[in-house]
Amino acid sequence: MSIIDILSKPWPWYVAGPMISFVMFLLLWSGKTFGISSSLRNVCSIAGAGKYYKYFDFNWRKEIWNIVFIVGAILGGYIASSFFQNLDPLELSNNTINDLSKLGIVFSGELVPNEIFNIHSIATLKGFLIIVIGGFFVGFGARWAGGCTSGHAISGLSNFQLPSLIAVIGFFIGGLIMTHLIFPFIF
Amino acid sequence: MTKSEIISWYRIQEMFRFHSFHMYGVIGSAVILGMIQVFIIKKINFKNIGGKIIEFKNKKLGRYNNLFGGIIFGLGWALTGACPGPMYILIGNGYYIFGAVILSAILGAFTYGAIKEKLPH
Repeated sequence: MSIIDILSKPWPWYVAGPMISFVMFLLLWSGKTFGISSSLRNVCSIAGAGKYYKYFDFNWRKEIWNIVFIVGAILGGYIASSFFQNLDPLELSNNTINDLSKLGIVFSGELVPNEIFNIHSIATLKGFLIIVIGGFFVGFGARWAGGCTSGHAISGLSNFQLPSLIAVIGFFIGGLIMTHLIFPFIF
Repeated sequence: MTKSEIISWYRIQEMFRFHSFHMYGVIGSAVILGMIQVFIIKKINFKNIGGKIIEFKNKKLGRYNNLFGGIIFGLGWALTGACPGPMYILIGNGYYIFGAVILSAILGAFTYGAIKEKLPH
């Protein structure tokens, strides 16, 4: 088996988790902090929102690494999918496949269900809800909570921050409500 | 993150349905190693590239914002199947529709900034 073959197989959690932790270390070492949702605030600031609202009025040039990190993330996704693509379908648990099929969502074996995540579906109520409202909630919620999965769940919990623990509990309350109570009405 | 499939909408569903250990393993091991890392950095006064001792800012505790912001984030996380980092990585994977998800997230962040003073924290 070649190196490419090994890299192309899905990576188990005990490889991915430590690597995320290592990314956090690299950021700390270079004098930054690991947190992605602050980049959303940065983009608003770069676009000039600081003229209108205090929240965006800061020197975004000092935080430009945040945007560089995002470019890196896009590149990483490109490299992983272009050169180390896993051609086998995602190994999703049968229970999840069954649950989703009851909701009428076909498991495609890809990363996301294509029938929802395509340009035409934005015009449908379901697609608009998932893509636009879902995205809006992520951005709004992350900023109100003061961080997202990286800033609160990884960085915050690593430093025993109570606000982060509360936020992560919130993430799961929201996710469980959506998955178990609201999904049956959407799909 | 692409290779461990944690950017997958399906994997997030699996997580919120408690059908697999995978996501919990990724996040859990990252946090446990993170705790050890932070402990050691503090213990030996580890310096960053610039030669300064690494300081950890405390997250601000709010009566409402951490929990309610978190819940709204969670609702969105289950819908889109992606938190902010994975949204960008999915674009790199060729799922360009996540550009629309990110724009919506930026709009969400903008709305927060615009009404911040009126929200309880």
